Parts: sequence; C-alpha cells; structure tokens
Amino acid sequence: MKVRESRPASFWPLAIVFSLFVLFMYGPMFVIFILSFQGPEGGLTFPMRGVSLHWFAKLAEGLGVVDIGAALWRSLGLGVAVMLCTVVLSVLAGLAFRKRLAGGNTLFFIVVASLIMPSIIVSLGIGLEFRLIDNGIKAALEWLGMESALEGYGTSLGLFTSALGAHLTWTLPFGLLIMFAVFNRFNPAYEEAARDLGSTPWQGFAHVVLPLIAPSVVGIGMFGFTLSWDEIARTSQAIGDVNTLPLELQGLTSTVTTPSIYALGTLTTVVSFVVMGITLALVWALGRRGQGRPG
Amino acid sequence: MSTTTQSLPAAAVPGRSIAAWWQAAPFTLVFALFFLIPLALIVMVSFWDFNEYELLPGFTFKNYISIFAGCGDASDGLCVTLKTYYSTLKFSFLVWLITLVIGFTVAYFLAFHVRSSGMQTLLFVLCTIPFWTSNVIRMISWVPLLGRNGLVNQTLMGMNLIETPVEWLLFSDFSVVLAFVHLYTMFMIVPIFNSMMRIDRSLIEAASDSGASGWQTLWNVIVPLSRTGIIIGSIFVITIVMGDFVTIGVMGGQQIASIGKIIQVQTSYLQFPLAAANAVILLAVVLMIIWGLTRLVDIRKEL
Repeated sequence: MKVRESRPASFWPLAIVFSLFVLFMYGPMFVIFILSFQGPEGGLTFPMRGVSLHWFAKLAEGLGVVDIGAALWRSLGLGVAVMLCTVVLSVLAGLAFRKRLAGGNTLFFIVVASLIMPSIIVSLGIGLEFRLIDNGIKAALEWLGMESALEGYGTSLGLFTSALGAHLTWTLPFGLLIMFAVFNRFNPAYEEAARDLGSTPWQGFAHVVLPLIAPSVVGIGMFGFTLSWDEIARTSQAIGDVNTLPLELQGLTSTVTTPSIYALGTLTTVVSFVVMGITLALVWALGRRGQGRPG
Repeated sequence: MSTTTQSLPAAAVPGRSIAAWWQAAPFTLVFALFFLIPLALIVMVSFWDFNEYELLPGFTFKNYISIFAGCGDASDGLCVTLKTYYSTLKFSFLVWLITLVIGFTVAYFLAFHVRSSGMQTLLFVLCTIPFWTSNVIRMISWVPLLGRNGLVNQTLMGMNLIETPVEWLLFSDFSVVLAFVHLYTMFMIVPIFNSMMRIDRSLIEAASDSGASGWQTLWNVIVPLSRTGIIIGSIFVITIVMGDFVTIGVMGGQQIASIGKIIQVQTSYLQFPLAAANAVILLAVVLMIIWGLTRLVDIRKEL
C-alpha cells in the first residue's frame, strides 16, 4: 500500500470549482421544487407566500385548454412502448454484432450518425415521410373509389407510428452502445459450457446469457423510457394532432404564469426519479441474484 | 464503452452470419425507415415546389435561391440567412468553449483528484442526475432566479449594488447560453471523464519524474490523451446547439433567431420544401464541422 500523500495544491481550488458546478446544476431545480409548494397567493418568484398543495390542485383541474392528464398518459404510453422496443431491438442487435455481421460497420456508422444528427432534421424528415405516405394512401383510396374511407381518413402521423419511430432513432443508439460495453466484458466460456452440455441456442440465451446481462438490459430500458419521456425536438414535427407532455410543457412556458407550471415540473421530475428508482432496485436485485448463484 | 466490432468473437460455424442478420434486421429496419428514408426525402423535397395547400413534385432551385436571396449584395449588411447562421454559430462557439472548460475541469477533478473509486462513482452520478429531468423544466427553473423580480435582481438591489432591476438577465443571449451550459455540460463531462480514466497513471508519474511541472503534465500528457473525449463531447454539444430551437425559443423569449427555429416555423406554415432546403444546408454545415473535428481523431476506433 502506498503511503497517503498530501493533497496537491490544486486540489482545493478544483474542489471548490466542482462544488460550484454541482450547485449550478441543482440550485435552480430546487428553487422551482420549493416554489411549487407556494400558498394560493404565491407568484413565480420568491419570497414564498405560504406553503400548500394549492398549485398541484390547480394542475389537476387542468391548465387552460390543455388536458395535462391526457398528455401525461400519452407520454407514459409512448415511453413504455419505446422502452420495450429499445430493449428488444438493442439486445437482438447486440447479439448480432457479436458474430460476423456483413455490413456491420455501415450499420454502426448509421447509428452514430443518427445519434449526432441535429434532431430537427430527423424530425422534419419523418414528418415529411408520413405526409407523403398520407398523400399516397389518399391517392390509392381515390383510385379504388373508396369514398367513405377517404373521408374518414385523417393522417398516418401519430403517437405509435411516426413519434415512436422518431424516439427510437434517439434511444436505439444508446441501447446499442450499452450492449457493446456489456458484450465487451462478457465471458463466452459460460455459453460454450452450455453448448457442450447440449443446450439449444435458445436455451443458451434464455438460461445463460440473458440472466448474466439482465442488469444492463434493465438499464437500457431505463434509458429508453427516460429519453423518450423528455424528448421534444425529435417529436415536434413527427407527432401529428396530439402532443406529448414535454411538448405541452414547452407550449405552456409562454402562456402559464402561475406556479402551476412549477408543480407540473415537480411532477414530471418525480416520475423520472420513480422510474430511475425502480430501475436501480431491479438492477440491484438482479445483481444479487446473480451473485447468489454458484459459479 | 470501449469496443470495436472486429474484436468481438466471430462466428465459428458457417451460416451464423445469416442468423446474425436476422437478429439485426429489426434494428436496421428502424434506421432505414426513420432515418435514411427521411433524410433522402428531405433532400428530394428540398427541390420541390409548393403552394399553400400541397407539395408539387418537380425539380427547382427556387427554395435554395429564396433562402440566399439578397446574400450576394454585401452593401447593406448580411442577409437574414447569413445573420441567422452567424448568430447560431456564435451560440455554438460560446457554448462549446464554456462547456469544454467546465467539463474538462470537472472531469479532471473527478479523474485525478478524487482518490477512492467509490467517491468517484458517487460524485460522477451526482453530476449525471440532472440529465434525467426534463429539459424544459431545467430551462424554466432559471426564471425565478433571473426574472425582473427574480432572486438575482432582488439580491443585487438588497445589497444596493443596482438601482433598477437588470433587464438582460432573462430572455437574452446571456440566458440562452446559460441554459445551454446548464443543459449540456454533461455531454462534455462523460466522454472526457471516460478517456481520462483510461490514461495510464504511470505516464503522469513518468512526466513528473522527468521534471515536468503540473501545467506541463496537464498540457503535454493529459490533454493529448483525453483528445478523443474532448472531440466526442464537442461534436455532441455543437450539433445540439446548431439544431436547437427549443432552448433558444424558451430562454430567448421567442425573440432570437436560429436555424432550427426557422425550420420549425416554416414547417408550421406547411412550407416543407423551404424547410427541407434549410435542413439540407444545416446538415451540410454540421457535417463540415464534424468532418473538421474528426480529422483530429478516429472516433470509430475509440467508441
């Protein structure tokens, strides 16, 4: 063991810079959490005028014309769908990249390109694509003479079509990079052992590989959900008639001038942290189970 | 995240690569449908014509010409497009510089000054937690601080440093840059910290044994070896700021122009071909910046 050296002279200035940075990160957020508990007389700034849940109650009644409850459920639904797709597709692609994958380099390049592409461009492209699909479908319906179907047809832009796709272009790159990190540290000896003992590829995956990578898979799910839950830029042009919660929130910033908007901020943050908490608990439980096993 | 696909175990059994393709197919399909085709459509539609109701397929340079209308004439200042690019590039540069300095300092502190790995993880996680809360919330959380009657103005006035509230704190270039730094410094810290953690500590000892001062070690050993992280972080921050319209909208009080905002506004008026032409130009600018940055490092090797 090394003898504990004295701290270099640069330690304390850097420690102060780091503390200021953390304060900078958290300070403003705590301010709005506190302000969301203002009394009914309170405004957007300090000083606090009483403490109450008044603005949360106001929020439950709805803000102006916006149905917050519906937007919240839409965002939750989309987040869960994105999470499931991200987990399944990333794990499959991660497995594929372990083997010899023709065109794997090209695919990897596309994934990285998607990650660093300005979101507004992706969003615009997907919006355009679905509008052109709409035109195509309408033309086809007209040609087929299906008048009633044509009149009832709205748009193919929607939460689980274009918006889901837009979110996946953002969450899947993270999922794949995590899978790379996982399989980079993965010992294939366990799999070989299973194969030698006569397991089918599916058995080998379900009983050996999956339990070993389970904590990371849960992590990918968390990434998928939380990235989708807060996403604005990629959703903006690709959503159609209805909005997700962050989009509504963005609109509300210019119209709502009461602490209700802080209450909404507190609420969405709580959802993010609940998801993170559940995930960490799952990862911890899975990790413990893995350790408890012999071998 | 340190891997290269080549080093992963290759299939020993023939026929495996076909199975691998089936596994990668759904993933690939998503990127084909929601990334490659949309990009191709943007390029295609940028040459289309349009009226108030619909897109008119064709091939015209009209959209590009109208974007740069008046730009050839240097006598009466910059045209709108060039002004917007100037302002967007200015924000990108400022935010890049500030996040780089802060990100490097924070990562350096975490990587080289925090000794126990438990403490290191704890402080690192502490830095990443704000990333998991909504961006809009993090933006509007500056309002009670910077507003006309905000905490900063109240404090300054309470200390009798100013007579009237400072107006430029909110809905200004200042608040936009501040919000960007607040939102995206994380994108600098994580890759820089990651490459710093991979630096062999004996190199630093060797430098100090050879008589290098702290600054010399920092500049000649640590900065070159964290180059990859710096470049990756820079690409993230610059592309985000170049395409942004949400932060500039909310924090600029909807008064400051950016390329992203122009695209968004044109889309809302259904001027898709114009928006597409703007997107193509933005894409070209961003690609040139990234190309310039990647001359300095091979990202594919480092991820």
